[in-house]
Amino acid sequence: MKSSRVTAIVLRQFYLLRGSPQRVLPMFAWVAIDIVLWGFITRYLNSVTGPEFDFVPALLGAVLLWDFLTRVMQGVTMAFFEDVWSRNFLNFFATPLTTAEYLAGLVATAIGTSILGLIAMLVLAASVFGLSFAAYGAALAPFLLVLFVSGIALGIFAAGIVLRLGPASEWLIWPIPTLVSPFVGVFYPLSVLPGWMQAVARLLPPSYVFEGMRAIVQGRAAPWGQLAVGAGLSVVYLGLACLFFAAVYRFAIRTGLIARYSAESVA
Amino acid sequence: MQPPPILSAEDLCKSYGDLRAVDHVSFQVAPGEIVGLLGPNGAGKTTIINMVLGVLAPTAGRILIEGEDLRLHRSRALARTNFAAVYAPVPGNLTVEQNLRVFGMIYGVERLSERIDALLDEYGLEPFRRTKAGLLSSGEQTRVALAKAMLNRPRLLLLDEPTASIDPSSARDIRARIVDYAAQGHAGVLWTSHNMGEVEAVCDRILIISHGRVLLQGDPRVLPHEHGAASLEDLFVAVAHQSLHEDQAR
Repeated sequence: MKSSRVTAIVLRQFYLLRGSPQRVLPMFAWVAIDIVLWGFITRYLNSVTGPEFDFVPALLGAVLLWDFLTRVMQGVTMAFFEDVWSRNFLNFFATPLTTAEYLAGLVATAIGTSILGLIAMLVLAASVFGLSFAAYGAALAPFLLVLFVSGIALGIFAAGIVLRLGPASEWLIWPIPTLVSPFVGVFYPLSVLPGWMQAVARLLPPSYVFEGMRAIVQGRAAPWGQLAVGAGLSVVYLGLACLFFAAVYRFAIRTGLIARYSAESVA
Repeated sequence: MQPPPILSAEDLCKSYGDLRAVDHVSFQVAPGEIVGLLGPNGAGKTTIINMVLGVLAPTAGRILIEGEDLRLHRSRALARTNFAAVYAPVPGNLTVEQNLRVFGMIYGVERLSERIDALLDEYGLEPFRRTKAGLLSSGEQTRVALAKAMLNRPRLLLLDEPTASIDPSSARDIRARIVDYAAQGHAGVLWTSHNMGEVEAVCDRILIISHGRVLLQGDPRVLPHEHGAASLEDLFVAVAHQSLHEDQAR
């Protein structure tokens, strides 16, 4: 893997972001709207319930973590869509660029954009609603890391779907986080789910993150063993997503999909 | 002793189900040689170019670029190649300079800023350095694509109708520049065009493709007379008509 080629992919995304406020604004706008909306909901819930339960870390913290995962996934897919929209696959893949270098460039871009979004969320949640993750210190890092790896895996998987099915399949990608969220217990413990949903939840790394965070917020010991299971699963899914993208790419080279990737649907 | 070819396509085939888009095509491009790939629409020219560019896998056969097997050493082989095609403009949402920088980094071009300056000057693109490529006229975009194609001083240059949207004066300049590049740099060029005058002026050798097969090949200035045609255009028209009749007979 050549670093200059990975840097070239990141540089292309940087140029696009630098020259286009309409690309930068959504990185902050949607997370800000979510934080404000859920911030006021939690404030209201705190006002009508007893002091024994603080909704701010339970709900607002969960929203913040879930938004982080969504932003990471979208960081990968949005960077990928730039090449879909500008019909750039032929230009890129007729060069020495490898799929691993291309994906590494997308991931590096997602790291940058999701960290910016995370900082905006943390600042807003702390300054307006008094949610401070600083209290959890370095213990928070493993949870964020599992969410980050899961978001990258989802993003690469989504990019593979669009590469396989064509630009019109873009609409299939956006609802993925919404479809996953009921299973991972963002706002409620997994124990409230029916048995079959709990079985699905055990296969999803974010469910270990949210269960773990709930334990910490309630003052219980962090379930590091369970988080390790989530971390292991997220790494497995990342590997599977890369294999899926590579398989789709090979299919696209065999069938000529890359060379004629401009049709509304190429399925 | 002849120098080894820059490009060697060996028994290439490409099938889509029952359709044979390319049928046992073999040819070579020598250092300093410009080879024209001619044929009616749908003959298989772009399929061959896509295979040489590594974006379409042959069903059978192999492609060697300076001895590197494209299938086995894709990155190494494509690092020596570049292309310009009317159907593959550079991303329109980056400026001309940004495009050249991104592609220059992908190709690992040394002293990239100097190279970009030289190409902007050479292709008359300096006034558009900070203009988004998508805002340029089609002729200007073609010049950007050509500048991109020359970034890494490719040993194998693939040009798919490179002067299609350029005015005659600019087209002549560009033809001269590419002929000069091939001669001085000993690069091989594979060139497709429907402009027979251009092909005669530029190409050392042509391959006329029909139904995915090489029907004729030779010197574009001699080939028409060998086959009883008054000009290359007449020869091309005869091949195209024959191809059409074969299609109708199927």
